[in-house]
Amino acid sequence: MESNLKNENKIIIKPPRSSVGILGWVRENLFSSPFNTVLTLIIATILWFSIIPFLQWAFIDSCWLPDSNCRETNGACWSVISSNYKIILFGFYPQNILWRPITAIILLVSLLIISRNRNYWNKILGYSWIISLVIMGILLKGGIFGLEPVDIEKWGGIILTLLLSVFGLTAAYPLGILLALGRQSKMPVIKTFSVFYIELIRGVPLISLLFMSSVVFPLFLPEGVSINGILRAQVAIIIFTAAYIAEVVRGGLQGMNKGQFEAADSLGLNYSKTMRLIILPQALKIVIPPSVSVLISAFKDTSLVVIIGLYDLLKTTQSTLSEPKWMGFSAEAYIFIAIIYFVCCFFMSNYSRKLEKELDTGL
Amino acid sequence: MNKAKINNNSEDISFWYDPDKRSILYQIGSACLFAFVAWYLVSNTMANLERQSIATGFGFLNNEAAFEIGESLIEYSAADRYARALSVGFLNTLLVSFIGVILTVILGTFIGVARLSKNWLINKCAAIYIELFQDIPVLLQLFFWYAFFYEMLPSPRDALSPVKGLFLCNRGLIFGIPQSHPVYKYMAIAVIIAVIVIFFLKKWAKKRQDFTGKAFPVFFTSIFLLIGFPFICWLFGGTPTDMNIPVLKGFNFKGGLTISPEFAALLLGLVLYTAAFVAEVVRAGIQSVNRGQTEAAKAVGLKSGQVLNLIILPQALRVIIPPLTSQMLNLTKNSSLAVAIGYPDFVSVAGTAINQTGQAIEGVMLIMVVYLIFSLSTSAFMNWYNTKMALVER
Amino acid sequence: MKFTKFVIVCLTVLMFAAVSFAGTLEDVKAKGYIQVGVNGSVFGFGKADDKGVWKGLDVDCARALSVAVFGSPDKLKFTPLTAKTRFTALQSGEIDVLFRNCTQTLSRDSALGLDFCVVNYYDGQGFLINKKLGVKSAKELDGATVCVLPGTTTELNVADYFRTNGMKMNPVVIENTAELNKAFFAGRCDCLTSDASQLAGQRAVAPNPADYMILPEIISKEPLAPAVRHGDNKWKDIVNYSVLTLINAEEFGITSKNVDKMLKSTNPKIKRFLGVTKGNGKALGLDEDFAYKIIKMVGNYGEIFERNVGVNTQLGIERGLNALWTDGGLMYSPPFK
Repeated sequence: MESNLKNENKIIIKPPRSSVGILGWVRENLFSSPFNTVLTLIIATILWFSIIPFLQWAFIDSCWLPDSNCRETNGACWSVISSNYKIILFGFYPQNILWRPITAIILLVSLLIISRNRNYWNKILGYSWIISLVIMGILLKGGIFGLEPVDIEKWGGIILTLLLSVFGLTAAYPLGILLALGRQSKMPVIKTFSVFYIELIRGVPLISLLFMSSVVFPLFLPEGVSINGILRAQVAIIIFTAAYIAEVVRGGLQGMNKGQFEAADSLGLNYSKTMRLIILPQALKIVIPPSVSVLISAFKDTSLVVIIGLYDLLKTTQSTLSEPKWMGFSAEAYIFIAIIYFVCCFFMSNYSRKLEKELDTGL
Repeated sequence: MNKAKINNNSEDISFWYDPDKRSILYQIGSACLFAFVAWYLVSNTMANLERQSIATGFGFLNNEAAFEIGESLIEYSAADRYARALSVGFLNTLLVSFIGVILTVILGTFIGVARLSKNWLINKCAAIYIELFQDIPVLLQLFFWYAFFYEMLPSPRDALSPVKGLFLCNRGLIFGIPQSHPVYKYMAIAVIIAVIVIFFLKKWAKKRQDFTGKAFPVFFTSIFLLIGFPFICWLFGGTPTDMNIPVLKGFNFKGGLTISPEFAALLLGLVLYTAAFVAEVVRAGIQSVNRGQTEAAKAVGLKSGQVLNLIILPQALRVIIPPLTSQMLNLTKNSSLAVAIGYPDFVSVAGTAINQTGQAIEGVMLIMVVYLIFSLSTSAFMNWYNTKMALVER
Repeated sequence: MKFTKFVIVCLTVLMFAAVSFAGTLEDVKAKGYIQVGVNGSVFGFGKADDKGVWKGLDVDCARALSVAVFGSPDKLKFTPLTAKTRFTALQSGEIDVLFRNCTQTLSRDSALGLDFCVVNYYDGQGFLINKKLGVKSAKELDGATVCVLPGTTTELNVADYFRTNGMKMNPVVIENTAELNKAFFAGRCDCLTSDASQLAGQRAVAPNPADYMILPEIISKEPLAPAVRHGDNKWKDIVNYSVLTLINAEEFGITSKNVDKMLKSTNPKIKRFLGVTKGNGKALGLDEDFAYKIIKMVGNYGEIFERNVGVNTQLGIERGLNALWTDGGLMYSPPFK
């Protein structure tokens, strides 16, 4: 009754101080029940005792300058990075012309950033992708416009990682679409072949394909023909990625409304026109987010080429770590490249999540 | 082509525009193309093998392997055959995958639940864990842990020994195990018997509940049986308490059980990496069950254990199991990265065999077949599970 | 669009693929460089320094070959290879010659489709061990953890050695040489086994070289030789005589410093060897003065040895078996006539 009266008198009771503001938030989110309180305290203690020493190790006691004497500090030796970042990032690429790969990578990253926004997706962007890819190729390879030629064997570090993953996905996509269509096809021979391919490749680890590319594939070629080891690894990655793309695209095709096929049929469109004009444009749009996941896996999986001896980001790091001066600083070097991988993958997975939300509301 | 005949066969549609016939043509065409490519590759390979006089066939499996393997579940020495060396590798793959799967499910479930926690700190920690471990290549994680183990831990002579009989050094984690005694064999049998008894007990309890409505405390009885049976065995077997304690002798520890740094790094890397994915799967599974279900079950008067067991889990598991199985398969496939850090799994042993015999095709084929067996049996299980689930659905 | 893509893909493939049908010498001349397979991680034999310049005894022998064919020591491209990929790379034509401290064995010479050339380093397998362990002989290694590179003759030799002596070993096998050495120096293994020359290299680059020693036992014969594809005799001759030129020059006492003076020598053997008297070059299909150029630009075997692995380098290896036959070693060159 009292409260009613007060309400009538328009006296506003403020919520108790303990349920608003910082205090309220802390109470609600950290100490809402005895069990939660205990958990919070335990986690906070663990964090306190692991993060503080880590920060001490990584920032306060650490060595940053190149060629400083790391063995005398207790902290992290970031000198291993600052002294060797050129060889870690770019492998054997001639060190006097590093501006070329750097420009190429900046070009790639800026294009990726522009392509994040779906409003810019149009023909111009498509063409600028093609042109930029050509420019990047010229920048890296050289040989024309007075640029000093650089052998592909010398491409290493992050250049190789990007080359293998970007090229791997671009080339695997068309192949994957064909396989997905094959798997949905009514023709038994083609269907069997597609299913066989997809299941076989998805059933084996990538490393077995890479072994195959490095020791078996040369036997497949006629006498006198040889293919560079990098390209062989690239082929293995394409073959592998295509099977996963095929499953992703199949998901998109299965998600299509049956009416779309019927409508296309009733217009008298043939199979290739139906697919090209009606089905694929819609299906491929749905599968962009899962495709990005495949790209992330492909990007992470390129690190496996270290096992067959190619100088990717991981291998150049290891070869630096085998120098007597830098032996024993694995943690620092591995953390450095882990950050590179993390930033790239985080960027991509964030994008895929954002896109998923957009497409969800759109459909 | 005889035009008249074509017209006879297919009323008004000409041969080229009859979809059925075209489809046959396409198929024959693609089959021919496939056969041609296959023939081309095989003939090249044959010519190359001939020219380089590389041996073919699986005869090498019966030759003496002549190399040692670091870790083995079965007796093995360099005098054994390649076939035995490969089985050692196969069992090592099985071992690491089996333990890895169990630990991954446990850790993944914990983190998945933590991700849904209302506690901000726990929630964010889980989120950071998932993002961090998903986005770093598993191979890099393996290298990191391996380097961590051998660079940070002391040599055997200065081994850390936090508890008596347990040593931690750069040769691995070495600890005492019970001295072998026949009673342990019987205890293992007792556990198996207990599992069988529990299986039937559960069936009986369910039937009784269906008829009489009375619940039976299956869970506690099971735990009692699982511990009790082996314990009784142990009591009657003369209560052996001798321990096989490792001692430093010569270069390494002798006795006890050793977990090598390679195995530990591989297991840790795989579990931490896969658990991040499993956590997402578990979170999605739990979220897929509508809140109303819990409330409805409570309204009917079920206890919270029953709500979880009878209402939530069956529904969540239907969402969780398929992606979970594929994660388990991924873990098994990723265990092949053992070759990079020197754990003798199947790929690593097969790789050595390839090098020593020069028979690359057979070696790679064996690797593929072994992993195909894993993945085919997994998909067989998935099919069985899906049909079972489909039957339950009403 | 599709067509452009197709063209791009085809062009890329062409960019990477190399087709060769003629003999290796003709191919190499047409390409303008020699593709050499090297180790990539063995200090003193074949390893790139932090500027990316390749150095080592194997690399210098390859440079001699480059001088013989092109008259310049830099017409080389190097492909670092692992133990697993080395022979495949040669068989498939990805490389023209393999200078990767490979042991010549009967099965490799006969069954792998390759031919070994003249031995450029006589080696044997040994053990590298930390002095702290107090081991003086390999016979005391019972129960030791051994770091070994998988898929090599080394792996088989060490298993044989332990078996013959009734000892037990606990192998740690990592395919990557760099990673294996790192594990050994961090203390993962009690000893590292490999060719003695490589061990000297590993010891040299250890964080504390004085802490490690090589045990006196040499448990195998390891003649390390360059290899070429089976059946290409002309190319094999050129590789052989490029290496033999180095040895022969040392026999005559010709070095990169006195080679110009030696041109005026009256010794008919030296005149023939250096191409003053013509004939040798034509027989091999090379320039007449190839030997002169090799010695001038690369040096003789002794110089190469001392520069890369000799006692005054970090490796500090004695000539031993690799001394000239006149000094009690095995290095011996047939006459150049």
